[in-house]
Amino acid sequence: MKKLKSLDDLRKLQEETYQAIKLRLSGTPLEENLPLYHILVCSGTGCTSSRSHQVRARLEEEIRKRRLGERVKVFKTGCFGFCKMGPVMVVHPDRTFYIHVQPEDVDEILDSHMAHGKVVERLLYHSPRTGQLQRTMDEIDFFRKQLRIALRNCGVINPEDITEYIALDGYRALGEILTRRTPPQEIIEEVKKSGLRGRGGAGFPTGLKWEYAAGYPGDTKYVLCNADEGDPGAFMDRSILEGDPHSVLEAMIIAGYCIGARQGYIYVRAEYPIAVQRLEIAIDQARQLGLLGDNILGSGFAFHLDIRLGAGAFVCGEETALIQSVMGLRGEPRPRPPFPAEVGLWEKPTLNNNVETFANIPVILRRGGEWYAGIGTPDSKGTKVFALAGQIVNTGLIEVPMGTTLREIIYDIGGGIPEGRAFKAVQTGGPSGGSIPAAHLDTRIDFKSLAEIGSMMGSGGLIVMDETDCMVDIARFYLEFTQDESCGKCVPCRVGTKRLLEILERITAGKGEMEDLQLLEDLCHDIKDASLCGLGQTAPNPVLSTLEYFRHEYIAHIKEKRCPAGVCHGLLRVIISDEKCIACGICARICPVNAISGERKKPPYHIHQDICIKCGACIAKCPVEAIYKR
Amino acid sequence: MGSPLGQAAAENWRRLDEIIDYYKQQPGMLIRVLQKAQEVFGYLPPEVQTHIADRLQLPVSTVNGVVTFYSLFSQEATGKYTISVCLGTACYVKGAMEVLRAIEEELHIKAGETTLDRLFTLKPTRCIGACGLAPVITINEEVYGRLTPADIPSILYKYQKAGRKTAP
Repeated sequence: MKKLKSLDDLRKLQEETYQAIKLRLSGTPLEENLPLYHILVCSGTGCTSSRSHQVRARLEEEIRKRRLGERVKVFKTGCFGFCKMGPVMVVHPDRTFYIHVQPEDVDEILDSHMAHGKVVERLLYHSPRTGQLQRTMDEIDFFRKQLRIALRNCGVINPEDITEYIALDGYRALGEILTRRTPPQEIIEEVKKSGLRGRGGAGFPTGLKWEYAAGYPGDTKYVLCNADEGDPGAFMDRSILEGDPHSVLEAMIIAGYCIGARQGYIYVRAEYPIAVQRLEIAIDQARQLGLLGDNILGSGFAFHLDIRLGAGAFVCGEETALIQSVMGLRGEPRPRPPFPAEVGLWEKPTLNNNVETFANIPVILRRGGEWYAGIGTPDSKGTKVFALAGQIVNTGLIEVPMGTTLREIIYDIGGGIPEGRAFKAVQTGGPSGGSIPAAHLDTRIDFKSLAEIGSMMGSGGLIVMDETDCMVDIARFYLEFTQDESCGKCVPCRVGTKRLLEILERITAGKGEMEDLQLLEDLCHDIKDASLCGLGQTAPNPVLSTLEYFRHEYIAHIKEKRCPAGVCHGLLRVIISDEKCIACGICARICPVNAISGERKKPPYHIHQDICIKCGACIAKCPVEAIYKR
Repeated sequence: MGSPLGQAAAENWRRLDEIIDYYKQQPGMLIRVLQKAQEVFGYLPPEVQTHIADRLQLPVSTVNGVVTFYSLFSQEATGKYTISVCLGTACYVKGAMEVLRAIEEELHIKAGETTLDRLFTLKPTRCIGACGLAPVITINEEVYGRLTPADIPSILYKYQKAGRKTAP
């Protein structure tokens, strides 16, 4: 690759590469005499683990064998978001969306679609709601209500080819800023105007953060990117890094220009090997093209970027802890102020933003802060990426305007709850957030309204739960997580979460007392008030929100010694269904403690609960599935 | 070197020194050195930690503090294959615990332990960000999604077969 020495060089490269990629943009007319196809195969973590690379290899091999190379091109892309249907691929220019594609399907796709323009119907998406065939991305329920800004390039470009990013306006914002020598304050004003708030969780206004970091004097400053997505149930940062790493790089370089930094670090989890690899490729290509390093685009501005790998500690998502970890130390947070904008990495002013926040910046600068501020709610501008998971039909990654209701997300986009089961709650904000019951499904989600109902935006994980999930157990699950991940530096968090967990374990084991509920609440408030960092301050949220909305489940555990969802092991009873039992006697013979009695051919058999050890041996052996746990 | 790592490990110590020499000029590279050292030795026994502390001129308590803080680092030898069972929320509500129990039963070890033949180490892990495939496990770098306990024996068998072939 030849170094780009000016904005003109960049523009020229964009013009050259745009022709190659424009086929993939919506609204491209089908040129009948030139049947040229781009096949985009999802290569995110989800589809890769369902063997999308084998599909791609097979495609490439067949295309070579059939000498179709001039007409059909195969690309690997980042995540399309529709992980449930993986491996997925999209064929351009007609935007046909194929799901669950196996290597054996390759021949038929080439024979039918590429040779005769006939879509392979059996690989299309059938809407379970309407029963209709939905052929293109634009028709599919899952994509229709989405507005992709941070994810604009995910699933569109090849993340391992910088020229594809450049073709779609990539590095243009940077190029124009450096060439015109736009005063940093002007750029910061634009970011402020956009109303963008940090997408890492707390939602601090991004422009203001940039302004603070720019305001502190000093020759040495740093830009950090927090890619330590530790929130269980969130994977938007991962998908952006895997699908569009350059948008993060470009934003970091611009941030460096604005605050006067010449060095940046991306702190990424070692658990994300594909993301790390794509980042390495992206940094390397940006360096080769002269978009990173000394004298960027001939402007004299220098910015360097390095990757730091996280080593598995949730608390390192907290910015002061992250800074310790970037320096190679234990990731323990420290009190703020002073904020990292003043005293950060190696005691220098440091700007720290999350991946998704950075991914929004290049578009905002290209299209203007006002455009971005026109989307969303008065309190929260723009869009938010959510990771939909749990008991939901369409698991995956979505991006919607702020202010979309939970109901729209779960039912219209997510397709509702599988197998006709009843919705119970949606958990947002992970271990820092709370569970929202059905009564609040029409809440328009933004930072403020989520906080008002006892949850929070967090990084954007949405875990849907149904009647088979026990809310007390979920609270216990989160406390086990935070207790384990507490760095141990401050007592309220280290000891407090441990005590909370013990109480919850007692309740789920059927040994709780009604007084425990008051104790839980008091302890929660103390931990919130006294903890040093965000981890401890928000750790009680899952308990408080379940106590508020699902207190009846706590009471069932304590008073009736019963788990309504049938999850808590200590409270389960093994029961024989009167109707289904055929009195074959197998269960009584298999039972190791002789807890089952009955007369052959005279149903039903009975289990004596005080003898039963709940080993489940009878459940496995029953020929008519008449035995169950509840 | 009279270490429990054996004579054949001399090569490993040479590689460790190369790693330290490569990174020691830059500040704050302790975690990176430890990551690389763990790639070489498979784990971080006390001798390795002491050596790194000496060469980087850090108190050994600092090095051990970092090793014990991060879940990526192990002070005990791990198996050839590390099975990580994701216990993120999505996997948890989709039945990851049953999958974990199935593996425990199949390998006769508890979470956190290594099999006697040093083939497998079983480790519960936090969200790996593949929630769309829940429940998920990874075996070394390989990801397996949408699992039920019934899938476990055949997946493990593949590795047991491969492991036996390469065993000395």
